[in-house]
Amino acid sequence: MKYGLFTRATFFGVAALLAGSVSELRAEDTSALIAQGKYVAEASDCSACHTVRGRGEFAGGMEFKLPIGSIYSSNITPDPTHGIGAYSEAEFSRAVREGVRRDGASLYPAMPFPSYARMSDGDIHALYVYFMKGVQPVAQAAPPNGIPWPLSIRLPMTIWRAVFSPSVVAAQKDVNRSLPDDGIGRGAYLVEGPGHCGACHSPRGMALQEKALSNSSGSLFLSGGAAIDGFVPTSLRQDQRTGLAGWSEDDIVQFLATGRNRRGEAFGGMTDAIFHGTQHLTDADLHAMARYLLSLQPHQPTLSAWHYDPSAATALQAGDASAQGAKVYVDHCEACHRSDGRGYAPAFPPLAGNPVLMSDDPASLVHVVQSGAVLPGMTKAPSAFAMPAYSGILSSQQIADVVTFIRKAWGNNAAPVTAATVEELRKSAPEPTIQKGIIPLN
Amino acid sequence: MCAKKVDAIVIGAGWAGSILAKELTEAGLSVVMLERGDERATAVEGDYPSSIDELRGAIRHRLFQNLSQSTVTIRNTLDQEALPYRRLAAFLPGEGVGGAGLHWSGVHFRVAPDDLALRTNVVARYGKNFIPEGMNLQDYGVTYEELEPFFDKAEKVFGTSGEPYTIKGKIAGNGNRFAPDRSDVFPLPAMGEVYSASLFRSAAANVGYHPYALPAANASAQYTNPYGVQMGPCNFCGYCSGYDCYMYSKASPNVNILPALRQDPKFTLITKAHVLKVNLDADKKKATGVSYLDLRTKKQVELDADLVIISAFQFHNVHLMLLSGIGQPYDPQQNTGTVGRNFVYQTITTSRAWLSPKQYTNLFVGAGGAGVAIDDFNSMNFDHGPLGFVGGSPVWVNQAGVKPIAAATGGPGGKAPTWGEGYKEAMVDTYRHSLTIDAHGSNMAYRDVYLDLDPTYSNAYGQPLLRMTFNWKDNDIRMNQYVVGKIEPIIKAMGATKYSLGMLKDGEVFDTRRYQTTHLGGGAIMGTDPKTSCVNRYLQSWDVSNVFVIGASAFPQGMGYNPTGMVAALAYWAAYHIRTTYLKNPGPMVQA
Repeated sequence: MKYGLFTRATFFGVAALLAGSVSELRAEDTSALIAQGKYVAEASDCSACHTVRGRGEFAGGMEFKLPIGSIYSSNITPDPTHGIGAYSEAEFSRAVREGVRRDGASLYPAMPFPSYARMSDGDIHALYVYFMKGVQPVAQAAPPNGIPWPLSIRLPMTIWRAVFSPSVVAAQKDVNRSLPDDGIGRGAYLVEGPGHCGACHSPRGMALQEKALSNSSGSLFLSGGAAIDGFVPTSLRQDQRTGLAGWSEDDIVQFLATGRNRRGEAFGGMTDAIFHGTQHLTDADLHAMARYLLSLQPHQPTLSAWHYDPSAATALQAGDASAQGAKVYVDHCEACHRSDGRGYAPAFPPLAGNPVLMSDDPASLVHVVQSGAVLPGMTKAPSAFAMPAYSGILSSQQIADVVTFIRKAWGNNAAPVTAATVEELRKSAPEPTIQKGIIPLN
Repeated sequence: MCAKKVDAIVIGAGWAGSILAKELTEAGLSVVMLERGDERATAVEGDYPSSIDELRGAIRHRLFQNLSQSTVTIRNTLDQEALPYRRLAAFLPGEGVGGAGLHWSGVHFRVAPDDLALRTNVVARYGKNFIPEGMNLQDYGVTYEELEPFFDKAEKVFGTSGEPYTIKGKIAGNGNRFAPDRSDVFPLPAMGEVYSASLFRSAAANVGYHPYALPAANASAQYTNPYGVQMGPCNFCGYCSGYDCYMYSKASPNVNILPALRQDPKFTLITKAHVLKVNLDADKKKATGVSYLDLRTKKQVELDADLVIISAFQFHNVHLMLLSGIGQPYDPQQNTGTVGRNFVYQTITTSRAWLSPKQYTNLFVGAGGAGVAIDDFNSMNFDHGPLGFVGGSPVWVNQAGVKPIAAATGGPGGKAPTWGEGYKEAMVDTYRHSLTIDAHGSNMAYRDVYLDLDPTYSNAYGQPLLRMTFNWKDNDIRMNQYVVGKIEPIIKAMGATKYSLGMLKDGEVFDTRRYQTTHLGGGAIMGTDPKTSCVNRYLQSWDVSNVFVIGASAFPQGMGYNPTGMVAALAYWAAYHIRTTYLKNPGPMVQA
């Protein structure tokens, strides 16, 4: 997966935890710790960036294309030369929570250490034991970063880190702030800490720092982020229309466990976050995360609630496809998403009331139409589903028409999209998943 | 080179293979499934709209067997030289993951219980002399009651849509009153009825027959099966037979079993692996594994296993047994030997009725498994005594979606002009305002209809081709003619403006150039006597006890129903007994 998190950045890169000498673990019963550490790694979504198909688990090598050159995720297996086998626990902790490499250089904040700073000492310990004893060493170097000097100098990272990343002490203090009940506290820990949901779902500032790293910093936290690989992360707060207002606790749990529910389906980077991460979490933890998310007050409290409007469906069902884009919709979308826009969730997601397509920025919707989307099979929901890519079939005008129809129909009432916008978005359209060689085999 | 060893090898990635592989991995075995074709993914070649390309699909045979590598030879009678089947037409075996289970239509029947013991029932009702000379009429050796749990399981896996008649002895719906009792409802309600099917329903009822909704493995609603896999609902696009379903609504091994199976680390699927033979030990009592050709490297690979499941398409199963030397090849002169014996097919003929210009049947609409049928003339549901033939046919309107090329090349039918404006008008009239009714009937087994190795032709790998000796016989022709005669009053009751009845002619010879059905059967049949059957009632080879042969190859007769439901039930039945009996004490489960 390529989060492409910093596509506008000129100087950010990915974590490169380089190697040194071999350290020793205390003698202890490690099997339980390894299991706990594996779980923490899943909750932290480590493999989403550090495991690339064909290179070995956690062997790194995921490419992040930046305007200044490509950088690659690092090998975090316990190989002493190419991985992190030489790290002491203190060094490991400093890298994960503070973004400082063993040699003292700063990591590029594609590594979400500002969130990981919140991780408990116990989880860090378990994570360390897991990476040292539960992961197979891979003696293969991640590709060298391709950023030319002087842009490759990491000094600005050190400054960035000092300004924008919290100290572990401060982060832990915020973790331990008063929350309504234990369940929400655990949920807050997972979402704000290892889960690093805000890395995508929170807005970023001028220096691409997250404007809020936890809910205690205000309602900007998880209020929706900038486009990643062409897809716009939605608000995870209780915002009407564009957030999770209307989602139940079970909806959120099902989504995080399987990538699909009656409200919608994951696409883009979220499929990786679920595939590598949240699907492996316990029901109790998923419920805690859901309860926490449900407790987040809306960032835009003045937005009115979405209400279903049957008029578009009534017209289509009467054979009236005269509305702008309606005919394209009937020919290309209706089989799965239905004339009433309700889809056949969880197989085919509803378009009516779907928060992804009611935002001011139509990029997600346009890009899904242009490039398609694939929901991979998950352990608890083995079926993969693919939405075809239409950029080779539909003109920009046709896509503008159908997207306008979808955004207007069924009470969605979002603004129209012009052909010029679609044409512009064509440039940033993600590569269709199928063409990336990731083929869901059903 | 030292061969790799696994617990079980499953040959063929269709329905039977996928079911066995799923069951055996559930039992804890390491399983390698070998498939000679390609991987198949709905998201790639089954995606909308590229999958619904008739030229690439049904016309150019995207999902079917590549006959340039291996095919069969066919002849009608023993005194002829068989010639290779070089162009797909009469029957369409699949290739690639999912096999024919990916490109099938989706009609998902159980079995008529009388068909399972057809010889016993015919003899009991009409006497031994009722069986025509040269007909190898046999029983399966298994009862409906024994198979019922496995029919039920298969329907739940397939997400089958249908309407029951009785459940646990109580009337539970308006389904087929000739259907056997069920333990549970269909997992999904019956598919909706297109106009032609509802016309047939009312007309058939008016004539006094008993119409019912065809049981369809086309999902009438979205569905999650016991393996946790999901199906979308069918939208009647008509691209079922010959296609992979872009709506994920037609059951296939790919959609309904493999997503779960692929998650099991004990399961390995190897594609482009053409199995050459099952390897046997010196005294041919045990299989040691298989030899297959890796079609990518062109190298032969040996793979060892404790258990070998032969679960390819019907005639590939027989071919593999003959090539491997499992069991005694059938000899039509002496009527001895078992491998290749009782090769059977189905009779199918199509009648057409034209309605008024105000009645739109819109033949492009449809679903492969949906429709309305009657069973009044199937199996032993009617008195054969005065008729003097064995067998029968369900009759149905199964509007499966006629695609444009098929409609054009099929022409308008009837007495329409064969070119010019009149032709075009008639074709449009046929496409919009006509409907078809099939008699989809049984085909009995005969002493001189069988499978063996061809003495002349070989495949791309130097192995002799399988030879089919097949012809229509008077018993089945008369059965077809009788049942088609019963269609006429239904057509009249519909108020058709004109009609044509399709039926086998007296003395008609099997013609490989016209599509009929892919429902081939027999050749490695199940039974209770090792002298007349290849496999026992658990589909275990009588001769090599760690080989099981699963598929329609086990059918002693061609039944009136579509075979997939029976194949799936037999697969679950065999798997259950392998799991509960064989694995605890490997060896023959029935003493010969």
